[in-house]
Amino acid sequence: MPVTVRIPTPLRSLSRGRDSVQVAGATARQVLESLERECPGMQSRICDERGEMRRFVNLFLNEEDVRQLNGLDSPVVDGDVLSIVPAIAGGAPVGLGWAPRGARA
Amino acid sequence: MRDHTESDYPSEACGLLLGQFTAGSGTRRVAEARPAANLNRERAADRYDLDPAEFLRLEQEARARQLEVVGVYHSHPDHPSRPSETDRLRAEEIWQDSESWSYLILEVASGSVASRRSWVLRRGVFAEEEIQILPFRR
Repeated sequence: MPVTVRIPTPLRSLSRGRDSVQVAGATARQVLESLERECPGMQSRICDERGEMRRFVNLFLNEEDVRQLNGLDSPVVDGDVLSIVPAIAGGAPVGLGWAPRGARA
Repeated sequence: MRDHTESDYPSEACGLLLGQFTAGSGTRRVAEARPAANLNRERAADRYDLDPAEFLRLEQEARARQLEVVGVYHSHPDHPSRPSETDRLRAEEIWQDSESWSYLILEVASGSVASRRSWVLRRGVFAEEEIQILPFRR
């Protein structure tokens, strides 16, 4: 059952530049295992050593966050699209130099 | 970006850069900067969490227009446009390197954009990259 996996730009060094890869699998986990065979090194970017999803990675099955479904055990079917979506975050430094204004003081 | 980061001041604002990446030269050409929601409401003054659902939506839109997401921008209210340790740690957790991905930071001082600098993550360390303002051509 081919499933399309969408690869975000910075991980395309692992997919030989491809923005999507077609692999087989009946669950999101199996899709990632197939993806690892096609793109070595990819699975460790998505899952930790226990095989669970890393905190700062999201997987969307079509339009739905797999965490809101059945996680990596979410079933997938032919034609589904699994998107790897990084949790982009950061922020300004705290501590020295931080000048609270009236609203925050 | 200017309007978005200034109107959200003193909170941090964030968004994505849509454009094209040329692998050989390492050049990112940005066509559009698109605002996204900062989901971090508890510490909106000094943190941002870009809404993943908006990332997905903007990536889909970019793909339909033969563009791609080539980076993220965010503001540092009353702080320099240098990556913080928080920026570095969060970037490193996602990518070891980000040669195809820019981190553009805007310093918003007293409500106005005072500086903007762009950074790329190389082996866990941010390096500044040059910004050129050009007319966008496909």
